[in-house]
Amino acid sequence: MTDVATTNGKATSRKDWASDQEVRWCPGCGDFTILAAMQTMLADIGARRESTVFVSGIGCSSRFPYYMNTYGIHSIHGRAPALASGLAIARPDLDIWVITGDGDALSIGGNHFIHAMRRNINMNIVLFNNQIYGLTKGQYSPTSEVGSVTKSTPYGSIDTPFNPVSLALGAEATYVARTHDMDRNHMMEVLKRAHEHKGTSFVEIYQNCNVYNDGVFSDITGKDRRADYLIPLVHGQAIRYGQNGEYGVARGDDGHLHLVRVEEVGEDALLIHDESLENPSQAFELSRLARGPHEPTPIGIFRSVERPEYGYEVARQVAEVEGKKGIGDIAALLQSSGTWTVN
Amino acid sequence: MKELDQVVIRFAGDSGDGMQLAGNRFTVVTSLIPNDLATLPDFPAEIRAPAGTVAGVSSFQIHFSDHDILTPGDKPDVLVAMNPAALKVHLSSLAPGGVILANVDAFDERSLSKAGYSSNPLEGDELSSYRVYKIPMTKLTLEACKDAGVKPRDAERSKNFFALGLVSWMYTRPVEPTIDWIQKRFASNELVREANLRSFKAGYNFGETAELFESQYEVAPATFRSGTYTSVTGNTALAWGLIAASRLAKMPLFLGSYPITPASDILHELAKLKEFGVKTFQAEDEIAGAGSALGAAFGGSLAVTTTSGPGIDLKAETIGLAAHLELPMVIVDIQRVGPSTGIPTKTEQSDLSAVVYGRHGESPVPVVAAMSPSHAFEAAIEACRIAVKYRTPVYLLSDGYIANSSEPWTLPDVSRIEPIDPNFLEEPNHVDDEGKPSYWPYIRDPETFARQWALPGTPGMEHRVGGLEHQDGSGSVSYDPLNHEKMVQLRQAKVEAIAKAIPPVGLNDPDGPGGADVLLVSWGSTYSAVMAGVKRVRARGMKAAMAHLMYLNPFPANLGEVLGHYRKILVPEINSGQLCTMLRAAYLVDAQSISKVQGLPFKTAEIEAAIMDVIDND
Ligand SMILES: Cc1ncc(C[n+]2csc(CCOP(=O)(O)OP(=O)(O)O)c2C)c(N)n1
Ligand code: SF4
Ligand SMILES: [Mg+2]
Repeated sequence: MTDVATTNGKATSRKDWASDQEVRWCPGCGDFTILAAMQTMLADIGARRESTVFVSGIGCSSRFPYYMNTYGIHSIHGRAPALASGLAIARPDLDIWVITGDGDALSIGGNHFIHAMRRNINMNIVLFNNQIYGLTKGQYSPTSEVGSVTKSTPYGSIDTPFNPVSLALGAEATYVARTHDMDRNHMMEVLKRAHEHKGTSFVEIYQNCNVYNDGVFSDITGKDRRADYLIPLVHGQAIRYGQNGEYGVARGDDGHLHLVRVEEVGEDALLIHDESLENPSQAFELSRLARGPHEPTPIGIFRSVERPEYGYEVARQVAEVEGKKGIGDIAALLQSSGTWTVN
Repeated sequence: MKELDQVVIRFAGDSGDGMQLAGNRFTVVTSLIPNDLATLPDFPAEIRAPAGTVAGVSSFQIHFSDHDILTPGDKPDVLVAMNPAALKVHLSSLAPGGVILANVDAFDERSLSKAGYSSNPLEGDELSSYRVYKIPMTKLTLEACKDAGVKPRDAERSKNFFALGLVSWMYTRPVEPTIDWIQKRFASNELVREANLRSFKAGYNFGETAELFESQYEVAPATFRSGTYTSVTGNTALAWGLIAASRLAKMPLFLGSYPITPASDILHELAKLKEFGVKTFQAEDEIAGAGSALGAAFGGSLAVTTTSGPGIDLKAETIGLAAHLELPMVIVDIQRVGPSTGIPTKTEQSDLSAVVYGRHGESPVPVVAAMSPSHAFEAAIEACRIAVKYRTPVYLLSDGYIANSSEPWTLPDVSRIEPIDPNFLEEPNHVDDEGKPSYWPYIRDPETFARQWALPGTPGMEHRVGGLEHQDGSGSVSYDPLNHEKMVQLRQAKVEAIAKAIPPVGLNDPDGPGGADVLLVSWGSTYSAVMAGVKRVRARGMKAAMAHLMYLNPFPANLGEVLGHYRKILVPEINSGQLCTMLRAAYLVDAQSISKVQGLPFKTAEIEAAIMDVIDND
């Protein structure tokens, strides 16, 4: 079988997934690479445009659906997972992507975000984390680090930030991954796996806002320092990083995970990454290794486990009741609490 | 046996005494006579208000008759008082000479003081203008259950069935339906079943043998038009109406909702009815209730969200988006006392302004209101019809009174109701610059201004909708000033176009338009009291006309003309005059508000007095 992507029976390329709208992000914005990765990935895997829906909230990131030649809704600030939940339950046949930002998902939309993941509704949530409010021109966000100087925190932010991966794991997410906007192939792989996953997939993308928060992730994403700061998570492999793989992650005698020098602990002591662990504790520990993007930070799929998908379960209950009671009869329903007849 | 033409009974007791259940069972047997009837349940907001206190009193009023009635009655003829607190709360509303059936066992010192009595009212002459029957209901219930193997504490809980039995005897209600019901309802719990059966029979037999009562009463069957009847509450009828609409439109029903009194029963009812293909989603909050419904609407479901006052505030932004996207959804508001948490279990009509005006920007949304429990069925279908036909969110208003009251209802033949046509577009409606067929989401019907609607999953119709202002036709984002003005006008014109399709408002004036001295305008649940009040005034030889509004936005096309016939216009509302203000603004008429905001529906006498007042002062 040849691996040709099709939509409406026609082969698709990245171009087929681009809408006719002019893309209006600032030149150099990380959102462009994400858009390209998404369009290429969907073409590559042969997804169908007519059954793909992008739902977004409000923010620079949330303009995304306008640029995809699929179905799409640019909704309300924070509410995309709520709309997507209804759509996914009503239409289990659709492929639904939620595009959101750090403010959109974690501040105003925090409630919908956690509940979608707990329910495991069929949607892929892609969070463009730039640690800033881009669209409103540069206020700090729930992921901004303590001390961030922004328009609304001229003396530095005093809020403890959220770690989106930790939050997702705590919210019972079944697929949790992190990638970044400087590695298109990695992004595509993580998005593709998100697409394959049944239920809610959560992907955090470190995205550079070159206008209001330039370079916050450059330790991790920049080619020069990446080797020392980016800890790749690869299922089944020892967790290891550094120019020559000289560092790694190992469990210490205290029971906690630590960054180690391989030569000190020996290769066998390194933690083997297992994204399929039912218990999310180890994934959570991994998510806590770095306190911010200026320390070695794990990138990759933290967790990927199976749990019944919500929309499927809703449909199953409906089918079961229909099977047991027969398809509902309105006339019988209206008489169901007893009747009397007057001649 | 004495014949009566109508009776009003109020069952009152502590909220743990099962008064709602007793009232509901009495309603069912009364509907079987058949008498015409109307009910008014009234319960405290707290699930477990302190037992025996005035705050914990729960009541259920039923008005039944041998003729056509409209309201649950102003003043009860009979008060069943299961404890001192119930007597304390309800005594003042009892009709002069009325009957009190008091559970004398509950009038001990402790209960009396909890209710705030310093002496036992059953013993002094405070009640001398009433006919008081002191009945040891608790003792007789315990006795009846003595050998049934039930613990006394559990047996005592059956005393509501004793009261039901006694009242059933007094008003010659059939016993078999209640016995059957107890047997079925408690089939799996032998002890409870036995206790309830014995208590019910004991109550009935007590009436027969105690020689306490001079006579039994009979209320002859009312003449109903021929047909099959059932008794429904407003919330049930509304839920069934949504199911019927889903069938009529051949669109699967989706309900996104967050629990809130008094709307939750609609969620409960629809969650049960999965055999109708209904998908219910208990969302994390009201915003998600509305959001999920809007998402489901995008996917082609008949989308509904249900709530009450506080939830309306939370949903506003989503409803604005729905109006902007031009997608159909129905927002059900079972109004309750506000502002804020207010009094959750009590009724009000105070959300009208909020639903008509309560969104930012120019965001017109049609509003339809149910006028009685059974009418909620029809109103639900109508709301869905407008939503789907015009691609718009529609507000459906009901209230706490309609939601929980019940009335007899001639079953409609759903197969004869006009279908709803979603008219989905499956083929491109546009050709792009390169000559390729494409779909433009905002191409409209020239008459209704409804847009052409395509569903995801349809190849070749991929499109984006969003909250940014868009070009009419293509739907592309547009910040062009003139386009925005055009879009604002179009969205308004679309809602106004509905006025052309809805029926004109009916004028009830026996002397023809302008014949009466005063016109009463009702909306929602004020219908029943206003109609009853108008009838009473007419019976006194005065001339009053009436018009009832089911459509609050847009108003029926002829409303201005109808109002124009009258110099005096009264608008009774369970709010501070919201419709009245709207009528004055829209038609420059001197409408006067009759306002009541006590968490209770109007009494007929209050409407009657208000009408007499304007006629007398002429
Ligand atoms: C109800 C509401 N409140 C506030 C806003 C203003 N607003 C729009 S986007 C945004 C923050 C966006 O930040 P983020 O989600 O991080 O997205 P980014 O622009 O960085 O991609 C805010 C506060 C709004 N549109 N709606
Ligand atoms: S403000 Fe920042 S996030 Fe927004 S488009 Fe510009 S660079 Fe991108
Ligand atoms: Mg941001």
